[in-house]
Amino acid sequence: MCEVVLRGFGWRHAGRRAWALRGVDLHIAHGERVLLLGPSGAGKSTLLAALAGLLPEDSGEAEGEVQIDGLDPRRHCFPGSPRRPQDRAPVAGNERVGLLFQDPQTQLVMARSGDDVAFGLENRGVPAGEIWPRVGEALDRVGFPYPMSRPTAALSGGEAQRLALAGVLVLRPGLLLLDEPTANLDPAGAALVRDALTRTCQRDTTTILVEHRVAEALPLVDRVVVLEPGGGVRADGAPAAVFAACGDELADRGVWVPGHPIAPRKAVAPPGDVLVRVRDVAVADRLPPVEVDVRAGEVLAVTGPNGAGKSTLALVLGGLLPPTAGRVEYPGQPAPPHRWRAAALARRVGSVFQNPEHQFVTTRVVDELALAGPPASVVDDLLARLRLTHLAPANPYTLSGGEARRLSVATALATAPRLLILDEPTFGQDRRTWIELADLLAGLRDEGRAIVAVTHDDAFVSVLADRRRCLGFP
Amino acid sequence: MTLVLDPVADAAAPLARRNPVAKLAAALLFALPLIATLDPLTAALGLAVELAVLPLFGVRYRVLARRAWPLALAAAGILITMVLFAADRGGALLLSLGPFDVTTGVLLSALGLVLRVFAVALPGIIVFATTDPTDLADALVQNARVPARFAIGALAAFRLLPLLGHEWQMLTLARRARGIDAGRNPVARLRLFASTAFGLLVGALRRGGRLAVAMDARGFDSRVPRTSARRQHFGPADWALMAGAAALAAGALTVSVVTGLFTPIIG
Repeated sequence: MCEVVLRGFGWRHAGRRAWALRGVDLHIAHGERVLLLGPSGAGKSTLLAALAGLLPEDSGEAEGEVQIDGLDPRRHCFPGSPRRPQDRAPVAGNERVGLLFQDPQTQLVMARSGDDVAFGLENRGVPAGEIWPRVGEALDRVGFPYPMSRPTAALSGGEAQRLALAGVLVLRPGLLLLDEPTANLDPAGAALVRDALTRTCQRDTTTILVEHRVAEALPLVDRVVVLEPGGGVRADGAPAAVFAACGDELADRGVWVPGHPIAPRKAVAPPGDVLVRVRDVAVADRLPPVEVDVRAGEVLAVTGPNGAGKSTLALVLGGLLPPTAGRVEYPGQPAPPHRWRAAALARRVGSVFQNPEHQFVTTRVVDELALAGPPASVVDDLLARLRLTHLAPANPYTLSGGEARRLSVATALATAPRLLILDEPTFGQDRRTWIELADLLAGLRDEGRAIVAVTHDDAFVSVLADRRRCLGFP
Repeated sequence: MTLVLDPVADAAAPLARRNPVAKLAAALLFALPLIATLDPLTAALGLAVELAVLPLFGVRYRVLARRAWPLALAAAGILITMVLFAADRGGALLLSLGPFDVTTGVLLSALGLVLRVFAVALPGIIVFATTDPTDLADALVQNARVPARFAIGALAAFRLLPLLGHEWQMLTLARRARGIDAGRNPVARLRLFASTAFGLLVGALRRGGRLAVAMDARGFDSRVPRTSARRQHFGPADWALMAGAAALAAGALTVSVVTGLFTPIIG
């Protein structure tokens, strides 16, 4: 049980001009469960890192104070603290602060599930006899369904994140920090993790949760704190009160405030001619036979559970993966798309991958757009349309998630293809970027292009999709 | 091709059950002395010992053959190099390929080198075929006093290794989708390879950094003395394994010296 006090706390990362946080005054009592909200860039992750003692003095400038149970998180035996023995407070295998990150794959250390949970206990010098009972208890607490010998490589995203949560909870932290734990997960995985959190977040642990899917996170918390980018606390209180007071403003700034639906953007004109015919296409072990037509002027949403083969279908449509059975026909083209030269492929089909960073090949944003050789006017137009003009000379790898996503869509559009295939385009987007993307895709559709979107996002389907194809159901 | 590290042996076999550090030390103690000589007899004896001992490790010959295929590639390379460049072409002429004479002398030296490659490399392959990586890391920390930072750090890195294969595939597909492919031009292929490799490096660095922060957040390498959840015992049988390996290597060298075939690598 930890008490968190911040007085005028501010942080500026080294080398930046703007403060990530400034003048934050916050008091969180023992056992409170808090949802931390704010638009992108409001410093939520920075605040969690400060509480975990992961912001060393030489990596930036601090002001004000932050205390956990009256102690500075950087000076005592917290994760990431300095290593001098005289700075260590006595620890009996219990931890003050536990932090769960968003990517399960980069939190799991060991090859077997039980070993991974035991990792934290080994690090803290817990005697060997106590380790395995505590591991079993932590796994039960999160509802992990497999035995301890289960290989971590065989876990789905949601199961892996549950295991990571067990690894954090086994140390019995008084303060649990969760940095967007369901951001990288599909809805089924996210539900698994929320279920585990419901089971574990009892009154004995102070919890601070940063989460984009606000509506689903509300049952887990009793208090909402809203941060202002470069400033302090904008609003603080019970969820209903906070959303009544500044719900509209938050929704405009990008927070997914419940009760603010998005207007549909469906096609007004009937669909045009068929651009692609998919006939009994199958890929061994990954995609059962499927048949679908893609028409111009239409958004086709491909949905289905994990493992149904949605991404595989997107790759086959985009000419990136040869099917093991069936045909993909582009009327007017004798050869199937997987046989085309890459330059011809890029002119006809634009593929946007789930991870934007996979598609960056140059060192500047403007070079990315100019890669396929479009005229400078087209490049400038794309930069303006996608609000990337101020980032033109920046390195693509330094962009934030939303900016990188917009850039990857822009690069696919640079060659003006008639068909655009997107794999999970709205993954982890805040409300503002989401709406921008929906507007952009609606505009492209109305121009007469065809759009195929592989997605888990039901909101995307209801707002934008003109037709829906479900895979994986009989 | 992926780096295959998972054990494939019957874990209950008498020698497979030994401490991983003992197995590794035994492999080194056996293989390194074999390098000291160039003659084929020592290498053949070493190879014979290794193949004879294989059932005690619980590895089947077919499985070993599959794991050892890169050695076959090395052997082919050696044969070709010897045929082309051997200085000593004594003995009876077997075959004449243009300016290159394949004689029994050439084949004998090639055989010596090939046997040596197999004899020296096979113990390492056997160790990794019979040892779980987590057990090896635990044994290195507990029995060989290797700092936990390196052993566990390397173990965590190996866990991320299979992700690189998938990542490489995605990067290659992404480049094709962007309109970049190399066709037949070797320079273009090299540039494409370099670009994809750079993308892989950036991804690997980021992932490694995030894993390091996560390990730090769970108290790794914080000067608190680390305990072990899985005990690795080092007993008399392990000492016996190491002694046996050393003795067998010494025996092979002695036979070679006694029969006068010993040709030292230096001198």
